[in-house]
Amino acid sequence: MKIVIVDTECANLTSVKFAIERLGYQPEITDDAAAISAADRVILPGVGTAAAAMRNLQRKQLIEPIKALTQPTLGICLGMQLMTAHSEEGDVACLGLIPAQTKRMQVGDRPLPHMGWNNVRASNNNPLLETATDPYCYFVHSYAVAKDDFTIATCEYGDTFAAMIRNGNFIGAQFHPERSGSIGRAMLKRFLENEL
Amino acid sequence: MLAKRIIPCLDVRDGQVVKGVQFRNHELIGDILPLAKRYAEIGADELVFYDITASSDGRTVDKSWVERVAREIDIPFTVAGGIRTLAHGRELLSMGADKLSINSPALMNPDLINEMVDEFGQQCVVIGIDSFYNADSGEYEVHQFTGDESKSRRSQWQTKDWVNEVIRRGAGEIVLNCMNQDGVRNGYDVEQLAAIRRHCSVPLIASGGAGAIEHFTQVFKQADVDGALAASVFHKSIIAMADLKQQLIEEGIAIRPIEQGVL
Repeated sequence: MKIVIVDTECANLTSVKFAIERLGYQPEITDDAAAISAADRVILPGVGTAAAAMRNLQRKQLIEPIKALTQPTLGICLGMQLMTAHSEEGDVACLGLIPAQTKRMQVGDRPLPHMGWNNVRASNNNPLLETATDPYCYFVHSYAVAKDDFTIATCEYGDTFAAMIRNGNFIGAQFHPERSGSIGRAMLKRFLENEL
Repeated sequence: MLAKRIIPCLDVRDGQVVKGVQFRNHELIGDILPLAKRYAEIGADELVFYDITASSDGRTVDKSWVERVAREIDIPFTVAGGIRTLAHGRELLSMGADKLSINSPALMNPDLINEMVDEFGQQCVVIGIDSFYNADSGEYEVHQFTGDESKSRRSQWQTKDWVNEVIRRGAGEIVLNCMNQDGVRNGYDVEQLAAIRRHCSVPLIASGGAGAIEHFTQVFKQADVDGALAASVFHKSIIAMADLKQQLIEEGIAIRPIEQGVL
């Protein structure tokens, strides 16, 4: 099993790598298009701003290779937002792998960023999360994707938003499975080991 | 519902976990890694590692333990203490830290906040504030270099103004350490925290004073903070995490239950 973590030059690459290693795999952090295309599983992590991350992907000439991926690909946090068509954060066009929009969260007088553990409600067609409970997962973000037909899990903070989205082989999680305790661990294991 | 966070803080000196009373007389608690793993297993929502030697000594401290911690635990953690440059921050994040907490260096060079936010994103940048209630003036004052008693001193800032300033500069979270309460276990400074909460638009974490379960209940209910940080009550097993979380849940506070099968 060849697992690559796309080197977006964002801050949480290492914690994603360690989480995969704890499951007994040896992932490679790379920005090499050929290695990414040849992998069995691709993880697109990201923290920071959408504009900066898209600039990095552009400079590394990774936008077209990522769009062409057919193997299971998991976007985490900003990585999920990059999978959408557009982000309001920096008004930037994203990868357009999942036809959705990333917008600033509307939370009333609640603090932003939305930071901490919140309940995630998985849809019946969610391949990575158990649907029986609404497990707590760890979030840190100020922008989010609205709930729509591509949503496979939701979360509430001021408003309901998409905690996970999917379009074919592309799956996004707004929370951080690598920092979500045993729930996140089980989710990453399913992503790596299940038929998707 | 977004859960209130329980955050054990591990004060680190020379690679060991220590704890002092009102920032003084540090006593040894134990090795970092087993303590970190233990706290993650028993249901801590997040951990803070505060290198209390770093800021005041002005030396570069060995931080290789950050990577060892990141390899082992699967909850978020923050590294605090002596982070003065972007390069240093980048190194810690690349070792697997989730957040950086800046205290005295931000007071010396407030632009550091903006630079870190631009470089790493708002979610990585926590500002730690040591706030001292001056009974003579009746004001809350921000102190710096509190890790070393001989260098600890008042800054030019009043706490409320500094909170506004760091939020304006993009800070993603604030840890307000109420110095008068630190280590004495008489309860959080609910009054001050509630006052700061009213104009704090980012997550606010209470620090200093936890001594009993009802202190956590009070600070969540009366000051509406997002998380409560504590050290000695956990290190000395004065409060068991399971009892704390169970009681908070019974009080109707949103808490992430301890995962089944770990105890």
